[in-house]
Amino acid sequence: MQVSIPAKTKKAKFGTQSMNFVTKWGSVLAIFIIFAFFSLRMPDIFLTTSNMISILRSISIVTVIAIGITVSLTVDGFDLSVGSMATFADTLVISMFVWHSLPTLPAILVTLAVALLVGAFNAFLIVKVRIPDMLVTLSGLFIFEGVAMTYAGGGSISQGMPRLDGTPTFGVIPPFFKLIGSAPYIIIIMVIVVALVHIFLNYTKYGRYMYVVGGNKEAARLSGIPVERYRALAYLLSATLATIGGIMLASRIGSAQINAGAGYLMPAVAAAFIGLSVAGAGRPNAIGTFAGAVLVGLLENGLVMMSVPYYSMNIVKGSVLILALALTYFKKK
Amino acid sequence: MRDISIEFPGVKALSNVDFQVESGKVYALVGANGAGKSTLMKVMAGAYDHYTGSIYFNGEEVSIRTPRDAKNLGIEIVYQEVDTALVPYLTVAENIMLNVLVNKMDKKVFVRWPQIHKAARQILSRLNIELDTNTIVDELKLAQKQMVLIARAIAEDCRFLILDEPTAPLSNTETDELFRLVRDLVKNHQVGVVFISHRLPEVFEICEDITIMKDGKVVTNQTLEGLTVNKVVEHMLGQKLSETFPKRHVHLGDVLLEVNNLTEEEGLVHHANMNVRAGEIVGIAGLVGAGKTEFCKTLFGALKTIDGEVVLKGKKLKVTSPYSAVTQGLALVPEERRREGVLVEEPVYSNLSSATLSKFSTPLGFIKAAAERLNAKKVITDLGIKTPHDAQKVAFLSGGNQQKVAVGKWLIADADIYIFDEPTKGVDVGAKHDIFELIGRLAEQGKGVIYASCEFTEILGITDRTYVMYDGTIVQELETKNITEEQLLFYSTGGK
Ligand SMILES: Nc1ncnc2c1ncn2[C@@H]1O[C@H](COP(=O)(O)OP(=O)(O)OP(=O)(O)O)[C@@H](O)[C@H]1O
Ligand SMILES: [Mg+2]
Repeated sequence: MQVSIPAKTKKAKFGTQSMNFVTKWGSVLAIFIIFAFFSLRMPDIFLTTSNMISILRSISIVTVIAIGITVSLTVDGFDLSVGSMATFADTLVISMFVWHSLPTLPAILVTLAVALLVGAFNAFLIVKVRIPDMLVTLSGLFIFEGVAMTYAGGGSISQGMPRLDGTPTFGVIPPFFKLIGSAPYIIIIMVIVVALVHIFLNYTKYGRYMYVVGGNKEAARLSGIPVERYRALAYLLSATLATIGGIMLASRIGSAQINAGAGYLMPAVAAAFIGLSVAGAGRPNAIGTFAGAVLVGLLENGLVMMSVPYYSMNIVKGSVLILALALTYFKKK
Repeated sequence: MRDISIEFPGVKALSNVDFQVESGKVYALVGANGAGKSTLMKVMAGAYDHYTGSIYFNGEEVSIRTPRDAKNLGIEIVYQEVDTALVPYLTVAENIMLNVLVNKMDKKVFVRWPQIHKAARQILSRLNIELDTNTIVDELKLAQKQMVLIARAIAEDCRFLILDEPTAPLSNTETDELFRLVRDLVKNHQVGVVFISHRLPEVFEICEDITIMKDGKVVTNQTLEGLTVNKVVEHMLGQKLSETFPKRHVHLGDVLLEVNNLTEEEGLVHHANMNVRAGEIVGIAGLVGAGKTEFCKTLFGALKTIDGEVVLKGKKLKVTSPYSAVTQGLALVPEERRREGVLVEEPVYSNLSSATLSKFSTPLGFIKAAAERLNAKKVITDLGIKTPHDAQKVAFLSGGNQQKVAVGKWLIADADIYIFDEPTKGVDVGAKHDIFELIGRLAEQGKGVIYASCEFTEILGITDRTYVMYDGTIVQELETKNITEEQLLFYSTGGK
């Protein structure tokens, strides 16, 4: 017995080590596998510069929204209202152009200001009224969507289209604004957002405080950290990021559509949660979330190219997601 | 248990340890923080499965790899980290009867609540504790939580009972109750008990045999007879400890802090008056439940004040939250480290800077990583925190070392008044000495120190002046050099 056990542990140790590696890098591994798979299957259409750019472009909005969720996760919260926030921002910014003929910068500033108000509303309900985060932001999901739709008069807004009561509109969407949503710029915006949030969370004391609050509220409070202030800050930031996502979306599609942002919620949630474990971070982080978004985006792009019918695509997407998560969480005691 | 070894990443927690327990006897297991006591007991209780070595039971080799295996052999354990073993949002009854609810339901589907509560009440009365079984555990005090855990361990008949520092949060009366129960289990039920504690007098009171550990190895294994406390300490630390309480000579300055008529919202603290002079260490003595913790927390803004005033350096303070307390020059080392003091999922270095992060960041809020790590290394050496490196997660430190982290993070704060609430709980004698020395140094710098404790020897050892608390208020002020433990006890129990 005494002889056989050491041998067993040695093996187990090697096993745990390789297991640790998989747990740490599981999602990154999945990215490579998926990438290799599509590249081999469709070398001449998938593995092209233009397609790579198009993947990055398509994930940029998801990434920015997912980063918003990530920030809310750092304080042990969860912002479910980001999708509706994006819709709301989309509607608002387009209406600024089409209805009110505002130039680009003021339109964006007005939208961001309104977004901060909405974020403050979330924060107030969570921090002061003390309704659990999930419930507040779930209600927010409905409210902001409804507000956006009501504001738009129940329909979409686009250039040249008269308002619902028949008033003609004369505003145009400035070409400069359209640039935001096009190839190099939208990707650059994403990279900047990821980098800034990464720096904020890891290298500033504010970011550290947020992790501390998320780690143990009572300990944070007794360390003299104003817990409620940082929780509120997190929701303000997530609302702002969702709004930036919505503005990018508006520029990309050039109009305000009903529920335009709703479709981004689930991929963004997935990206943020995959991000938790990337590189063994074990906590919400910007780079991880970006990797998560890449994983989700790659999958989507590749499946479309393989002409998987849209109605079956979700099955594949969901399954691969589960697989990636299984790789990361398996045996994480 | 023979030849037990276990490793964690970067730490060899046990190497070739032999240990044995017979039924009907009480064994002491002592050693410095991080010596491996808890780990050894966890192996015995089936909490780990990656150890090497073998375990024999009644002469037969058995395999204990899961808590289930251990339970089947009749081994029960009361874990050191109270909060990890309790379900906070369930009632006292549910927590006590947890094992029964989980394991003894057999084919039954419905829980009979009246029976569960009755059984729980019976166990509590065996321990002589008054506690409503409907209370939610989250609302209990640390000492009560500890008793709930002990109650859970004896809810089922066991043959071996492991008590990992059960007395750390308990006062003398509760400890006496526990010992009474242990004696009863040993004598009348032939239970074998392993008792871990850093309070050596207790060990001598209740145990027959002693095993002393150091750095993951057994140093000695003998009967207690003929041993002295000093000898045990020498084995534990590998050196003699000349004096527990370092001497200091500080010239006391003016009155720094004045507390008048402090009253807490729910009356947990009422009409409390005290003052602290610069360079003075002021004790708050009292039994568990006297309101010491509540007093400290009220002063620090963690509980709501409704009446009274706090004056610091002649300026009236407006403390509405711990945050405002810190900005106005107060610091508190709280009692319940796991819940209130440390971030178990974070590395040691960021725990040590979490209360003073502004010191380690630029005006824009960027963290000066190098300075932060340097400070962490300094505190680690100052307090002798046993950790493989400063980036280790605090969850992986031994209980006593977590406590040192909770204390250490405040030592560098620029506060005027330091409040310590039972800072030496679960800390070994050597480390106690270090903590006292650091507290002494704070006093030498002209800070005011408030030291709340139910350990009267410590109060007598390090304070200049002592206030005694009883039933939520301060009942007596005493010059420490003129008093004895008996007097403290007299006033603490309501004597006048
Ligand atoms: N899960 C873990 N991962 C990594 N290291 C661990 C783990 N558990 C324990 N250790 C390490 O093993 C050593 C022994 O720890 P243990 O908890 O047994 O000490 P102890 O004797 O009970 O100390 P204390 O008196 O402070 O409770 C310590 O150095 C600790 O840091
Ligand atoms: Mg221990």
